[in-house]
Amino acid sequence: MNKETQQRRHWLKQIRGLGLLALGLCASPLSVFAKKTDADEAIQKITGGAVAKEGKVILTIPPLVENGNLVVLKVSVDSPMTANDYVKSIHVVAEGNPLPNIFTVYLTPRSGTANITTRVRLADSQTVWAIAQMNNGSFWKGSAETLVTLSACTELV
Amino acid sequence: MSKTSRTSISMPTTAKKDSIIEIRAIAQHDMESGFRYTESGKLIPRDIIRTFTCTYNNVEVFKADFYSGIGANPLIIFTTVAVESGTLEFTWIGDDGYEAINQARITVS
Repeated sequence: MNKETQQRRHWLKQIRGLGLLALGLCASPLSVFAKKTDADEAIQKITGGAVAKEGKVILTIPPLVENGNLVVLKVSVDSPMTANDYVKSIHVVAEGNPLPNIFTVYLTPRSGTANITTRVRLADSQTVWAIAQMNNGSFWKGSAETLVTLSACTELV
Repeated sequence: MSKTSRTSISMPTTAKKDSIIEIRAIAQHDMESGFRYTESGKLIPRDIIRTFTCTYNNVEVFKADFYSGIGANPLIIFTTVAVESGTLEFTWIGDDGYEAINQARITVS
Protein backbone atom coordinates (compact mmCIF):
# COMPACT_ATOMS: atom_id res chain seq x y z
CA MET A 1 0.00 0.00 0.00
CA ASN A 2 1.50 3.28 -1.01
CA LYS A 3 1.38 6.52 0.90
CA GLU A 4 -1.15 8.07 -1.44
CA THR A 5 -3.88 5.48 -0.76
CA GLN A 6 -3.25 5.70 2.95
CA GLN A 7 -3.76 9.42 2.84
CA ARG A 8 -6.93 8.98 0.86
CA ARG A 9 -8.26 6.50 3.40
CA HIS A 10 -7.53 8.87 6.22
CA TRP A 11 -9.33 11.62 4.38
CA LEU A 12 -12.35 9.40 3.72
CA LYS A 13 -12.56 8.54 7.43
CA GLN A 14 -12.60 12.21 8.31
CA ILE A 15 -15.32 12.90 5.78
CA ARG A 16 -17.38 10.05 7.22
CA GLY A 17 -17.05 11.58 10.66
CA LEU A 18 -18.26 14.91 9.35
CA GLY A 19 -21.19 13.18 7.69
CA LEU A 20 -22.27 11.55 10.94
CA LEU A 21 -22.00 14.86 12.75
CA ALA A 22 -24.17 16.53 10.12
CA LEU A 23 -26.74 13.74 10.42
CA GLY A 24 -26.90 14.24 14.17
CA LEU A 25 -27.45 17.97 13.74
CA CYS A 26 -30.25 17.36 11.28
CA ALA A 27 -32.00 14.80 13.41
CA SER A 28 -32.11 16.71 16.68
CA PRO A 29 -34.34 19.66 15.74
CA LEU A 30 -36.51 17.37 13.60
CA SER A 31 -37.44 15.27 16.59
CA VAL A 32 -39.46 18.24 17.90
CA PHE A 33 -41.92 17.90 15.04
CA ALA A 34 -44.58 15.25 14.76
CA LYS A 35 -43.43 12.15 12.95
CA LYS A 36 -45.46 10.39 10.35
CA THR A 37 -46.56 7.97 13.05
CA ASP A 38 -48.19 10.83 14.99
CA ALA A 39 -50.16 11.79 11.90
CA ASP A 40 -51.12 8.14 11.37
CA GLU A 41 -52.28 8.01 14.97
CA ALA A 42 -54.35 11.16 14.48
CA ILE A 43 -55.89 9.66 11.34
CA GLN A 44 -56.60 6.40 13.20
CA LYS A 45 -58.37 8.40 15.91
CA ILE A 46 -60.52 10.18 13.33
CA THR A 47 -61.52 7.04 11.47
CA GLY A 48 -61.75 4.87 14.58
CA GLY A 49 -59.65 2.18 12.91
CA ALA A 50 -61.70 2.11 9.72
CA VAL A 51 -59.82 2.24 6.43
CA ALA A 52 -59.98 5.53 4.57
CA LYS A 53 -60.12 4.91 0.83
CA GLU A 54 -58.17 7.09 -1.56
CA GLY A 55 -60.28 9.36 -3.72
CA LYS A 56 -63.17 11.83 -3.73
CA VAL A 57 -61.15 14.29 -1.65
CA ILE A 58 -59.12 16.95 -3.43
CA LEU A 59 -56.69 18.94 -1.32
CA THR A 60 -55.02 21.94 -2.92
CA ILE A 61 -51.98 23.67 -1.46
CA PRO A 62 -49.22 25.45 -3.34
CA PRO A 63 -46.43 22.95 -4.22
CA LEU A 64 -43.80 25.47 -3.13
CA VAL A 65 -44.37 27.66 -0.09
CA GLU A 66 -42.03 30.51 0.80
CA ASN A 67 -43.51 31.21 4.22
CA GLY A 68 -45.12 28.41 6.19
CA ASN A 69 -46.98 30.84 8.44
CA LEU A 70 -49.81 31.48 6.02
CA VAL A 71 -50.54 28.84 3.42
CA VAL A 72 -53.81 28.89 1.53
CA LEU A 73 -55.36 25.45 1.74
CA LYS A 74 -58.42 24.40 -0.21
CA VAL A 75 -60.23 21.14 0.28
CA SER A 76 -63.15 19.92 -1.77
CA VAL A 77 -65.01 16.64 -1.62
CA ASP A 78 -66.92 15.18 -4.53
CA SER A 79 -70.44 14.76 -3.16
CA PRO A 80 -73.95 15.72 -4.29
CA MET A 81 -74.67 17.04 -0.74
CA THR A 82 -78.24 15.78 -0.67
CA ALA A 83 -80.10 14.56 2.41
CA ASN A 84 -79.21 10.94 1.54
CA ASP A 85 -75.63 11.48 0.45
CA TYR A 86 -73.52 14.17 2.01
CA VAL A 87 -70.18 14.83 3.68
CA LYS A 88 -70.45 14.87 7.47
CA SER A 89 -67.00 16.12 8.35
CA ILE A 90 -63.61 16.92 6.87
CA HIS A 91 -60.41 16.63 8.91
CA VAL A 92 -57.07 18.06 7.80
CA VAL A 93 -53.89 16.50 9.22
CA ALA A 94 -50.30 17.58 8.58
CA GLU A 95 -47.53 15.01 8.98
CA GLY A 96 -44.80 17.47 9.81
CA ASN A 97 -46.51 19.81 12.28
CA PRO A 98 -45.91 19.67 16.06
CA LEU A 99 -49.66 19.04 16.39
CA PRO A 100 -50.82 17.08 13.34
CA ASN A 101 -54.48 18.17 13.52
CA ILE A 102 -55.06 21.47 11.70
CA PHE A 103 -58.82 21.78 11.55
CA THR A 104 -62.08 19.89 11.36
CA VAL A 105 -65.27 21.11 9.72
CA TYR A 106 -68.75 19.70 10.17
CA LEU A 107 -71.11 19.96 7.22
CA THR A 108 -74.78 19.27 6.61
CA PRO A 109 -76.87 18.86 3.44
CA ARG A 110 -77.56 22.59 3.85
CA SER A 111 -73.92 23.32 3.06
CA GLY A 112 -74.68 22.88 -0.64
CA THR A 113 -71.09 22.02 -1.52
CA ALA A 114 -68.18 20.52 0.36
CA ASN A 115 -65.63 23.20 -0.48
CA ILE A 116 -63.60 24.79 2.31
CA THR A 117 -60.80 27.32 2.03
CA THR A 118 -58.66 28.49 4.92
CA ARG A 119 -55.11 29.54 5.77
CA VAL A 120 -52.87 27.17 7.68
CA ARG A 121 -49.40 26.94 9.18
CA LEU A 122 -46.92 24.37 7.94
CA ALA A 123 -43.82 23.65 10.00
CA ASP A 124 -41.91 21.74 7.36
CA SER A 125 -41.92 20.34 3.85
CA GLN A 126 -44.43 17.56 4.14
CA THR A 127 -47.53 15.74 3.01
CA VAL A 128 -50.88 17.08 4.19
CA TRP A 129 -53.89 14.76 4.41
CA ALA A 130 -57.60 15.47 4.27
CA ILE A 131 -60.01 12.84 5.53
CA ALA A 132 -63.72 13.11 4.79
CA GLN A 133 -66.45 11.19 6.55
CA MET A 134 -69.63 10.57 4.56
CA ASN A 135 -73.08 10.28 6.13
CA ASN A 136 -72.99 6.50 5.51
CA GLY A 137 -69.90 6.23 7.71
CA SER A 138 -67.31 5.64 4.99
CA PHE A 139 -64.03 7.52 4.99
CA TRP A 140 -62.20 8.96 2.01
CA LYS A 141 -58.84 10.63 1.92
CA GLY A 142 -56.74 12.83 -0.30
CA SER A 143 -53.30 14.36 0.10
CA ALA A 144 -50.98 17.03 -1.22
CA GLU A 145 -47.24 17.43 -0.93
CA THR A 146 -45.52 20.75 -0.43
CA LEU A 147 -42.07 22.22 -0.06
CA VAL A 148 -41.72 24.85 2.66
CA THR A 149 -38.71 27.16 2.56
CA LEU A 150 -39.41 29.20 5.72
CA SER A 151 -41.00 27.13 8.44
CA ALA A 152 -43.75 28.29 10.80
CA CYS A 153 -43.39 28.08 14.62
CA THR A 154 -39.61 28.07 14.79
CA GLU A 155 -39.06 31.83 14.89
CA LEU A 156 -38.43 33.65 18.17
CA VAL A 157 -40.41 36.60 19.41
CA MET B 1 -61.73 38.02 31.67
CA SER B 2 -63.51 37.88 28.43
CA LYS B 3 -61.88 39.07 25.25
CA THR B 4 -63.18 39.90 21.86
CA SER B 5 -61.86 41.34 18.61
CA ARG B 6 -62.87 42.62 15.23
CA THR B 7 -64.51 40.17 12.87
CA SER B 8 -65.74 40.53 9.35
CA ILE B 9 -68.20 38.61 7.21
CA SER B 10 -68.48 38.86 3.49
CA MET B 11 -71.42 37.25 1.77
CA PRO B 12 -74.15 38.27 -0.66
CA THR B 13 -77.06 40.28 0.79
CA THR B 14 -79.57 38.91 -1.68
CA ALA B 15 -79.88 35.49 -3.26
CA LYS B 16 -82.25 33.33 -5.27
CA LYS B 17 -84.03 30.64 -3.28
CA ASP B 18 -82.06 27.38 -3.04
CA SER B 19 -78.95 28.87 -4.60
CA ILE B 20 -75.56 28.19 -3.04
CA ILE B 21 -73.90 31.21 -1.45
CA GLU B 22 -70.28 31.59 -0.44
CA ILE B 23 -69.47 33.01 2.99
CA ARG B 24 -66.06 34.36 4.01
CA ALA B 25 -65.56 34.81 7.73
CA ILE B 26 -62.44 36.35 9.23
CA ALA B 27 -61.53 37.20 12.83
CA GLN B 28 -58.67 39.34 14.05
CA HIS B 29 -56.63 37.01 16.24
CA ASP B 30 -52.94 36.13 16.72
CA MET B 31 -53.65 32.38 17.00
CA GLU B 32 -50.61 31.92 19.27
CA SER B 33 -49.74 28.28 18.64
CA GLY B 34 -48.23 27.38 22.01
CA PHE B 35 -45.12 26.04 20.28
CA ARG B 36 -43.11 29.26 20.18
CA TYR B 37 -40.51 30.50 22.65
CA THR B 38 -39.47 33.99 23.67
CA GLU B 39 -35.83 35.01 23.29
CA SER B 40 -35.28 34.15 26.96
CA GLY B 41 -36.46 30.61 26.26
CA LYS B 42 -39.88 30.84 27.88
CA LEU B 43 -42.72 28.98 26.18
CA ILE B 44 -45.51 31.31 25.01
CA PRO B 45 -48.81 29.80 26.17
CA ARG B 46 -51.36 28.75 23.58
CA ASP B 47 -54.05 31.32 22.79
CA ILE B 48 -56.20 30.35 19.83
CA ILE B 49 -59.77 30.42 18.58
CA ARG B 50 -61.05 26.88 19.08
CA THR B 51 -64.45 26.81 17.44
CA PHE B 52 -66.41 28.68 14.82
CA THR B 53 -70.12 28.16 14.26
CA CYS B 54 -72.63 29.56 11.82
CA THR B 55 -76.37 29.47 12.45
CA TYR B 56 -79.00 30.30 9.85
CA ASN B 57 -82.20 31.55 11.53
CA ASN B 58 -81.03 29.74 14.69
CA VAL B 59 -80.32 26.45 12.91
CA GLU B 60 -76.67 25.39 12.93
CA VAL B 61 -75.47 24.95 9.35
CA PHE B 62 -71.70 24.97 9.76
CA LYS B 63 -69.18 24.30 12.49
CA ALA B 64 -65.40 24.17 12.53
CA ASP B 65 -62.81 23.18 15.13
CA PHE B 66 -59.52 25.05 14.86
CA TYR B 67 -56.16 23.86 16.20
CA SER B 68 -52.75 25.50 16.40
CA GLY B 69 -52.17 24.79 12.73
CA ILE B 70 -54.54 27.57 11.64
CA GLY B 71 -52.74 30.77 10.70
CA ALA B 72 -53.14 34.16 12.37
CA ASN B 73 -56.37 36.05 11.63
CA PRO B 74 -58.24 32.87 10.75
CA LEU B 75 -60.16 33.07 7.51
CA ILE B 76 -62.63 30.39 6.56
CA ILE B 77 -64.57 30.24 3.33
CA PHE B 78 -67.54 27.88 3.12
CA THR B 79 -70.90 27.59 1.39
CA THR B 80 -74.50 27.25 2.40
CA VAL B 81 -77.85 27.00 0.64
CA ALA B 82 -79.98 30.16 0.78
CA VAL B 83 -83.26 28.65 1.96
CA GLU B 84 -85.09 31.68 3.36
CA SER B 85 -84.65 35.34 4.26
CA GLY B 86 -83.26 35.95 7.69
CA THR B 87 -80.18 36.35 9.82
CA LEU B 88 -76.97 34.38 9.89
CA GLU B 89 -75.09 34.50 13.14
CA PHE B 90 -71.39 33.70 13.40
CA THR B 91 -69.69 32.86 16.69
CA TRP B 92 -65.99 32.43 17.41
CA ILE B 93 -64.97 30.94 20.77
CA GLY B 94 -61.39 30.65 21.94
CA ASP B 95 -58.90 30.33 24.80
CA ASP B 96 -58.84 32.76 27.72
CA GLY B 97 -62.57 33.49 27.46
CA TYR B 98 -62.43 34.79 23.91
CA GLU B 99 -65.78 35.25 22.24
CA ALA B 100 -66.86 37.21 19.17
CA ILE B 101 -70.25 37.33 17.51
CA ASN B 102 -71.16 38.78 14.13
CA GLN B 103 -74.39 38.82 12.16
CA ALA B 104 -75.38 39.24 8.55
CA ARG B 105 -78.80 39.54 6.96
CA ILE B 106 -79.86 37.93 3.72
CA THR B 107 -82.94 38.47 1.57
CA VAL B 108 -83.95 35.40 -0.39
CA SER B 109 -86.33 35.77 -3.33
